[in-house]
Amino acid sequence: MQQIFNFIFKNSSRLLFLLLLLVSLVLTIQSHSFHKSKVISSANFLSGGVYERINRISEYLNLQTQNEILAIENARLKSLLFNIKDSTLVPKIDSINGVDKVNIIVSKVIHNSYNVYENYITINSGEKEGVKSDMGVINSAGIIGIVDRTSQNYATIVSILNRKSQINAKIKKTNHFGSLIWDGKSTGFVQLIDVPRLAAIRKGDTIVTGGQSVIFPENINIGTIDKIFIDNQTNYYTLNVKLFNDMTNLGHVYIIKSKNREEIINLEKETKNE
Amino acid sequence: MNSAFIINFARFFLLLFAQIIIFNNIDLFGYVNPYPYILFIILYPVNGNKPMLILLSFLLGITMDLFSNSGGVHAASCLILAYSRPYIFKFSFGLSYEYQTVRINDVLTPERFSFLLLAVTVHHFSLFILEVFQLTSLWDILLRTIVGTLFTLLICIVIIYIFKPSRR
Repeated sequence: MQQIFNFIFKNSSRLLFLLLLLVSLVLTIQSHSFHKSKVISSANFLSGGVYERINRISEYLNLQTQNEILAIENARLKSLLFNIKDSTLVPKIDSINGVDKVNIIVSKVIHNSYNVYENYITINSGEKEGVKSDMGVINSAGIIGIVDRTSQNYATIVSILNRKSQINAKIKKTNHFGSLIWDGKSTGFVQLIDVPRLAAIRKGDTIVTGGQSVIFPENINIGTIDKIFIDNQTNYYTLNVKLFNDMTNLGHVYIIKSKNREEIINLEKETKNE
Repeated sequence: MNSAFIINFARFFLLLFAQIIIFNNIDLFGYVNPYPYILFIILYPVNGNKPMLILLSFLLGITMDLFSNSGGVHAASCLILAYSRPYIFKFSFGLSYEYQTVRINDVLTPERFSFLLLAVTVHHFSLFILEVFQLTSLWDILLRTIVGTLFTLLICIVIIYIFKPSRR
């Protein structure tokens, strides 16, 4: 017994090092694995609060461009509103059943990272406002990412500039589907993989979100085709997509709350179980 | 003990705050950030309490991870730096470093420079290996390590010169 205590006491710093190294390596591996939210995230009162204070100051430097973006979006929405066929009708986002399918929560980016392979964005709305994980996040120019973790007042978003992100997308013109991923090379470009070779595509075609995911509504802008690569082994295209969004400069964002999401997920789960 | 304790305490928080507020937002060439917060580990007293240093390094790193959504990347690389610090001391200042009064925050000599360079390289290399986490992008890890190390080293030396304690 005495010897055990002596050993522990003598090697206390080494043992402490190994223990803590193990803890941090577990956290690291966990953060790199797919489909696993992290234990340590910036959606907490400490880092969220600090980032919100920092953002309150840096926001002023960015005010003019953000105003311009909002003004452009207002103009676009106004033009939609004025050109609607019957101006007495309030425009519905999806009017098949006369009921709209999505709610929108407005929020603000308080921290944005884009210089590593796994980038996350922190926003200043959380569970209080009804934000839950796996909700889609967009802004006026296009998609931004998917909500990862939430706290009372903050939430983190898996940016589309994250190797773990994989989003269903399609070519607007031909309706061919693919998966949107990021290779980690440039903040202005993402990749659309697994597009069938049958698709007639050209440089400059628009890529939008597909209807297969329950996270994003269909036809939200993503970007345009910049380069087309052909994979010889499989019969698929890999496309380099130039984003509409400048992911290095984000201000206000919209969180999409799909009303039918849980119903769809439950239904699919039941079908699978049978 | 008390003044050393207060200096370390202040250093811990000031470097962390400076890192989060200023240095994390530099983004040189779009992907290089300097990490001068590791100065806390570098400047920790040579004969200070070792388990304490390891514990504090872990806290320093995990706080950085909290703010940058990176799992345990910073914590692990800070621990590696803290643990290998005596060996780097031995390499740079010779075997008898514990009996000399080694001061890092002073005029730059070749010994001090080599210590800083090695310490920053050890930290950055382990940091980027864990952050990128795939060996196929080894060149990217090396590039990030080299550019990042040079940048951090420069900032560290500037900070040391600014806060150098006045002689007598």
